[in-house]
Amino acid sequence: MDTVELSKQNDVSAIAADDAGRHAAFEARVAADEFIEPKDWMPEAYRKTLIRQISQHAHSEIVGMLPEGNWLTRAPSLRRKAILLAKIQDECGHGLYLYAAAETLGVSRDEMTEALHAGRAKYSTIFNYPTLTWADIGAIGWLVDGAAILNQVPLQRTSYGPYARAMVRICKEESFHQRQGYESMMQLANGTPAQQRMAQDALDRWWWPSLMMFGPPDDNSPNSAQSMRWRIKRDTNDKLRQKFIDVTVPQAQALGLTIPDPDLKWNPARESYDYGAIDWAEFYAVVRGEGPVAKDRIKARIDAWESQSWVREAAMAHEAKRQNKAA
Amino acid sequence: MAHDLAVRLGDDALILGHRLSEWCGHAPTLELDLALTNIGLDLIGQAQLFLGLAAAAEGEGRDADALAYRRTEDAFQNCLLAEQPNGDFARTIARQFLFSAWQELLLRRLADAADQEIAAIAGKAVKEVTYHASFAAGWVVRLGDGTAESHQRMIAGLDWCWRFTGELFEDGCAALRTEWDARVDKVLAQAGLDAPEPVRGITGGRRGRHSEHLGHLLAQMQYLPRAYPDAVW
Amino acid sequence: MKEGLPLWEVFVRAKGGLSHRHVGSVHAADPKMAVDAARDVYTRRMEGVSLWVVPSAAITASDPGDAACLFEPAQDKVYRHPTFYVVPDNVKHI
Repeated sequence: MDTVELSKQNDVSAIAADDAGRHAAFEARVAADEFIEPKDWMPEAYRKTLIRQISQHAHSEIVGMLPEGNWLTRAPSLRRKAILLAKIQDECGHGLYLYAAAETLGVSRDEMTEALHAGRAKYSTIFNYPTLTWADIGAIGWLVDGAAILNQVPLQRTSYGPYARAMVRICKEESFHQRQGYESMMQLANGTPAQQRMAQDALDRWWWPSLMMFGPPDDNSPNSAQSMRWRIKRDTNDKLRQKFIDVTVPQAQALGLTIPDPDLKWNPARESYDYGAIDWAEFYAVVRGEGPVAKDRIKARIDAWESQSWVREAAMAHEAKRQNKAA
Repeated sequence: MAHDLAVRLGDDALILGHRLSEWCGHAPTLELDLALTNIGLDLIGQAQLFLGLAAAAEGEGRDADALAYRRTEDAFQNCLLAEQPNGDFARTIARQFLFSAWQELLLRRLADAADQEIAAIAGKAVKEVTYHASFAAGWVVRLGDGTAESHQRMIAGLDWCWRFTGELFEDGCAALRTEWDARVDKVLAQAGLDAPEPVRGITGGRRGRHSEHLGHLLAQMQYLPRAYPDAVW
Repeated sequence: MKEGLPLWEVFVRAKGGLSHRHVGSVHAADPKMAVDAARDVYTRRMEGVSLWVVPSAAITASDPGDAACLFEPAQDKVYRHPTFYVVPDNVKHI
């Protein structure tokens, strides 16, 4: 997702060092919407940008398991419990597919994992907000997955083959995620007064962070043009954000919930909603790791990884013994 | 009779499925996160079916959710093994292996049983559980044989679970014991592990006398339906 | 841990009669662990009836730089295709 945009810095010297002819041929292939595959020649800056983008996307999937996991053991019915478990499991799978796509670029999953734990790699800011009530689970499916889908659908045509194929699989699997969230919100919005309050409160807290998921405004997203040319980004942040707002507002109306933006107004000339100012100071603070539960999220991941290295070591040791015996 | 059996099978599946869901997001690898979740989903699916059957059999207008979310701990009939806390990955694997090996044997018999409703669910579930047992056995061997640390952890995991295994063979399940022993011995031998010493078994789960852990599990699991008794989710 | 779990490529047969197709990869220490992981990761939605796993390191790929000499020579061998041959319309079953 689009925290991706924040830490981009292209390695200009690497581009200059590359053979100019191969570089031109590469640019021509990408411009012709051809796919680039792992063993194909590619500019170093393209490789680095992809590793950063794909691994950040993968980290977002894995860290994104935690806020929903917070309600897994408290899901209020067997049906909801199974749905939520299957959904979070999908996110784990999606992280796995994306790490695998990045691995084709010459970086290992373990290296990426360590970069996340050391704070060198980012993940989507949205997962640094807490899930305080059951309604947050519905709101995440509806809004966060809804925003993610808008980001992800165009990436099925991204220029790097393994990334595009991972996105095809992810989009296919993810199609139920937003619907289950909306269905859950619908149940709350049509439920008891307490459930209705819960639903509105969740929308109040998740609306603005969801809009921030599309990344900084276009005039503050300096590397967008490069990524667009390379077909690793296919729409601008602001365009996707507007699209999200335009499709989501009627969905909120159908639930009888109020979007927490007094400036939200249909603009007939633009045939789009005008919306209020986004608090970018908050966004950048959360990117810097100052989100309410950022420390908790990373600690949970580090604990899972480091305190259980003995399991991975045991599996390796067992296989080494098995091969020794066979030899 | 069939009702009690359905409650026991349903509660075993529900409580162990819940325990496995606690792993979600915290497993030693992503692949294992998906694996434990798959087992958890199978078990929650079994719980829905068996508890649905039990609810229909009692004929009091309750459904599977009512049994799962509105009973107190003394009405739960799951085995004590299922409710044991996850501990480390080795203990989770020990619990899974000992339980699934037993559950597979039981479901295999029930799939051919006279009660057709139970047989239908057992026939579906036994395929799932055969994989659970094979998956867990693979990890008992890896951890038992792997490193000194994993070997010690596997011993500790088995040791934690062992005192609850006798209970599995109560309530008409005594005939499963020989085959279960043979299977467990075989896997432990492959893993380079000795079978734990026989210990005085701790039982009571089938009669609603549980360990201290179940109350906490239910307090969490049942929180929403209890806090909002008139709500539908 | 210095060395991570090795990478395996996963191939799934979607249904009887079809060949195995590459779907992705998993990390695993041994073949059974790789098959289990492939099953848990890639067949959760009835995607397959059979699995292959292959250590990624065991795959030898052609060099994209050789693509021209490997594959372009086939382009002008049109006589390998049935449409190259002219048969009168009134001649059937050929």
